[in-house]
Amino acid sequence: MMVQKLVVIGAGMASGRVLEHLFEDMPGAYDVTLFGAEPRGNYNRIMLSPVLSGEKTYEDIVTHDAAWYDANAVTCRFGETVTRIDRARKVVVSAKGETPYDKLLIATGSAPFMIPIAGRDLPGVMAYRDLDDTNAMVAASAKPGAKAVVIGGGLLGLEAAAGQRLRGMEVVVLHLMGHLMERQLDPAAGYLLQKDLERRGIHVHCKAQTKAILGNGKVEAVLLDDGTVYDADIVVMAVGIRPETRIATDAHLEVERGIVVSDQMITSDPDILAVGECVQHDGQLFGLVAPLYDMAKVAAKTLTAEAAAFRPQQTSTKLKVTGVDLFSAGDFAEGEGREEIVFRDPSRGVYKRLVLQDNRLIGAVIYGDTADGNWFFGLIKDKTDIAEMRETLIFGPAYQGGASADPMAAVAALPPEAEICGCNGVCKGKITEAIAGGATTLEAVRARTKASSSCGSCTGLVEQVLAVTLGDAYAAPAVKPMCPCTDLTHEDVRRLIKSQALKSMPAVMQELGWKTSCGCHSCRPALNFYLLADWPLEYRDDRQSRFVNERNHANIQKDGTYSVVPRMWGGVTSARELRAIADAADKYNVPMVKVTGGQRIDLLGVKKEDLPAMWADLNAAGMVSGHAYSKGLRTVKTCVGTEFCRFGTQDSTGLGIKLEKLLWGAWTPHKVKLGVSGCPRNCAEATCKDVGVVCVDSGYEIGVAGAAGMEVKATELLAKATTEPETIEIITAFVQLYRENARYLDRPWKWVAKVGLPWVQATVVDDLAARRALVERFEISQSVYRKDPWAEHARPEDRADWAPLADLTLEAAE
Amino acid sequence: MTTWIDIGSVVQIPRRGARVVKTAHGCVAVFRTHDDRIFALDDRCPHKGGPLSEGIVHGTRVTCPLHNLVLDLETGLATGEDQGRVATHPARLEGGRILLDATLLAKRSAA
Repeated sequence: MMVQKLVVIGAGMASGRVLEHLFEDMPGAYDVTLFGAEPRGNYNRIMLSPVLSGEKTYEDIVTHDAAWYDANAVTCRFGETVTRIDRARKVVVSAKGETPYDKLLIATGSAPFMIPIAGRDLPGVMAYRDLDDTNAMVAASAKPGAKAVVIGGGLLGLEAAAGQRLRGMEVVVLHLMGHLMERQLDPAAGYLLQKDLERRGIHVHCKAQTKAILGNGKVEAVLLDDGTVYDADIVVMAVGIRPETRIATDAHLEVERGIVVSDQMITSDPDILAVGECVQHDGQLFGLVAPLYDMAKVAAKTLTAEAAAFRPQQTSTKLKVTGVDLFSAGDFAEGEGREEIVFRDPSRGVYKRLVLQDNRLIGAVIYGDTADGNWFFGLIKDKTDIAEMRETLIFGPAYQGGASADPMAAVAALPPEAEICGCNGVCKGKITEAIAGGATTLEAVRARTKASSSCGSCTGLVEQVLAVTLGDAYAAPAVKPMCPCTDLTHEDVRRLIKSQALKSMPAVMQELGWKTSCGCHSCRPALNFYLLADWPLEYRDDRQSRFVNERNHANIQKDGTYSVVPRMWGGVTSARELRAIADAADKYNVPMVKVTGGQRIDLLGVKKEDLPAMWADLNAAGMVSGHAYSKGLRTVKTCVGTEFCRFGTQDSTGLGIKLEKLLWGAWTPHKVKLGVSGCPRNCAEATCKDVGVVCVDSGYEIGVAGAAGMEVKATELLAKATTEPETIEIITAFVQLYRENARYLDRPWKWVAKVGLPWVQATVVDDLAARRALVERFEISQSVYRKDPWAEHARPEDRADWAPLADLTLEAAE
Repeated sequence: MTTWIDIGSVVQIPRRGARVVKTAHGCVAVFRTHDDRIFALDDRCPHKGGPLSEGIVHGTRVTCPLHNLVLDLETGLATGEDQGRVATHPARLEGGRILLDATLLAKRSAA
C-alpha cells in the first residue's frame, strides 16, 4: 500500500488525539505533517489553569514531546501558519511554500471572542487561550499589588481569576449575567461559588455591563455602564469563544457557525476532515474536551477507512480551581414533567440538585462535595432507571445496593477509605482505628483524629461510625438542638455566627439551613441576642424578635397590665425622685407600689397605653428605665459602706453606682444581678449574686456565679483586686466574656459550670491583654446600647403605637 | 355577604407583630406576618387569657406571651400537644388597607 500524505492544521488537543489513535490503529499508514500556530507542540490546554496558578509547570502538561513526534515520523511545522488551502491542487500554502496532501485534517480550534468596546486594543488587554497568555498573566503578577480584571464569569474566566489570585494579584471578576457560570450552574450553586471565590479574596461583580477599557498607552482601568471603575494592570477577556473557521471559509468549504462535518468528521470536501472546537456537527458546537476526544477517535477511524460515527455524548463540567468542588452535567433546567431532588448542607457549603424525568436522571448540579459526581454522570449517560433508589439517590452510591435505606447500614457499608470529615480529611478507617484504640466517645475520636473538630457538620456521621463499630457499647451523647427549627445546638449557632460572620437573622437562617421561614418564639430571641452581642455596630436589634417585656420595656402581668421600675443607681434615691414616683402612681392610678428585692420601687398594674406618658414623667424627674424586664443588667445592690457604716472598709455604695452606670443597658444571655458589700458582714447579700463584690481592708474580693433562684449557690472567688479601677475592669471583662460565650438563657452560674472557672480566670484575670480586649469590646457595644429605652419610646409622636389600632366600640355606639 | 370596615393602614402594624382593635365583643388582635398576610383573632389566649397581640409572631403562628401556648393564626387552634382554640375573624388586605368583618361592630348579643 502506498503511504498517503496527511497534513494536519492545528496542534491542539483534538488533533493530538487523532494522531495517537491513528498511529495505534494503523502505524505507518500516513506520512504526517503537523502545522501549529504556536511555536510548540501538543500540550494539555485544559491544564493551563494549574500552570497559571503555579501548581504545575508547562513541562507537566506537555502531551507529546519531540521524541514522540520523531518516533512516529511526524514532520513538525510549529510556529508556521497555514494561510490557504488549494483544494483543486490538494496543497496547503504557508510562509515556507506549499505542502501537498492526500488527506487534510483541520483542527484550528477556536478563537477567543473579544468584546468590541473602546480600549480593547490597549496593551494589557488579553484573552486566556494559550501558554503565551498564561505566561503574560504570570508576568503581570510579578508587580507587587498588581490588579487584574477578568471579564467573564464562566469556566475559563474563573480559572483565570483564581490562578491570578493565587499569584497574589488583586482580582475582580465582571460577569454579565445574574450568577456565575450560568450555563453550568443554577443560581443556588452560583451563589455558593461566588461566596467561595470571595472568601479567596476575588471580588465578583455580577450583572456587570462593561462599557470601556480605559488607559493611556496601556490598560489602566475598566469602566462599567453603571459608572463603576475598577483599576487594572491587566484585563483578561473570557467571555466566550468562536470556532476558528477562516481558512475553511476561504477554501469554500461549507461553514456555518463552525466547519460543517458529517458523523464521520468529513467536511463538504471528502478529502478534508475537521475535528475539535472549529467544527459544527448536527448544528452543535463543542467546547469541552470529552466530545473532542470522541471526535478524534472517529476521525482516526475514518482516515483508516473504518466505519465509525460521532454521536455527541452528555458532557459534565468541573471547575479546575483548587479547593472549589463543582460538578454539573446534563440538563438541569426546570420544566414540565421534571422533578428535582435537592440536598443542602449550608454550613458545609454543600448543594446538590438532581433533575429527574420519567424515572431517569437527566441533570445534576453539585457544589461543595462532588465525590459522587461521576456516579451521577454515569446514571445520566446510561439513562438508568432510578425508580428503585429514588429515596436515597441524592446520597450517592454509598447508600445504594441494598433494600435497606437505613443510614446506619449505609455507614456500615462505607469502605475504610471513605471520607467522613471533609475539613480534616479523615476517612472512616482512621476513625475505626481510633475506636479500636480506645476512643469510645465523640470527644475522644475528635481529640485523636480531628474528625468533626472543624465545622462539625460530619458529627452525625462520626457518631454513626461509633455506633456501628461499638454496637450497644456506644452511649450517644444527648445533644439538644436549639429548637425545632434547626438541628444545631446553641453552641454551634454561636460559633457559626462568629466564624461565618453572619450578621443578620436571614443570613443565619439561610446559611445554617433553618427549617422554618422566620424561626420561632424560642430561637428568634436567642438569635437576636447572639447577633447584637457579636456584631454590635452592624446588627440592628429586632424588636419583633423580643419577648413582650423587652419589646415593651416593662413587665407584663397576668392580667395584661405592666409593671414599671425606674432605675435607682446603687439603690440610692432622693426625695425628688420619690415624689415623682408618687405623682406617677397617682396620675396613672397604679394599684400597687412595692419595694423590690433589688433596692428599688415597682409600680404595678399600669395599662400599656399609659406607659409612654408615664416614662416621660419619670424621665422629666431624671429617672431612666431600671431594665427590671430584661436579659441584661438588672440591679447593683449595695450597702452603705464607709460613707456611713462603722464597719465599712470601702465605699461600697460608690463602687456599686459606678458599676451600674457602666453596665446598664447591656444585653446579656440572661439577667445579671450584682451586689457590693462594704464588709464581710455582707449586708448587700453579694455572695449569692451573678457577680458579687465583698470589700475587705486589703481591697475587693470579686465572686461570680452565685445563684438565689430555684437554685441557691454561693459565689466562687474569681479574683482579689487591690484597687477600685482593677475591680471594675475585671467585672466588665467577666460580663463581656459571658455575653460573648454563654448560651441564651444560661445565667452566669450555669455558664461558668460549663466552661469552668479556671478558664474564666485565665481569660479575665491572668491574661491582661485579653481582659483589656474584652473591656474594649464591651465599650464598643455600650456605645450603642448604653441608653434609656424609655426616653426613646416616650416621644409624643410615637405614643399612638402603644394604643389600640382602632376602637370600634365607639363607632358602634354612634 | 360580608361587609368590611377599614381599620387602618398595614404599615401601622409591624411585620411579625400585631395591634389591638377594641370591639363590642372584646379586644381583637390583628396580626401581620413576615410576608404581609393579615389575620384577626380574639386577643385572649384560650389557656389563661394572655394578650396574644403581645406574642412573638413566627410564620403563621403566634406564641402567647404568658405561657408559650402556640396558636395557628389561620385556624385559631393550639398547635402541638396543647389543646384550645381562639376565635378567628375575617380580615383582609386591600390596597394597603386592613379590612375587618363589620359584624365586629355589632353590639354584644343580649347574653
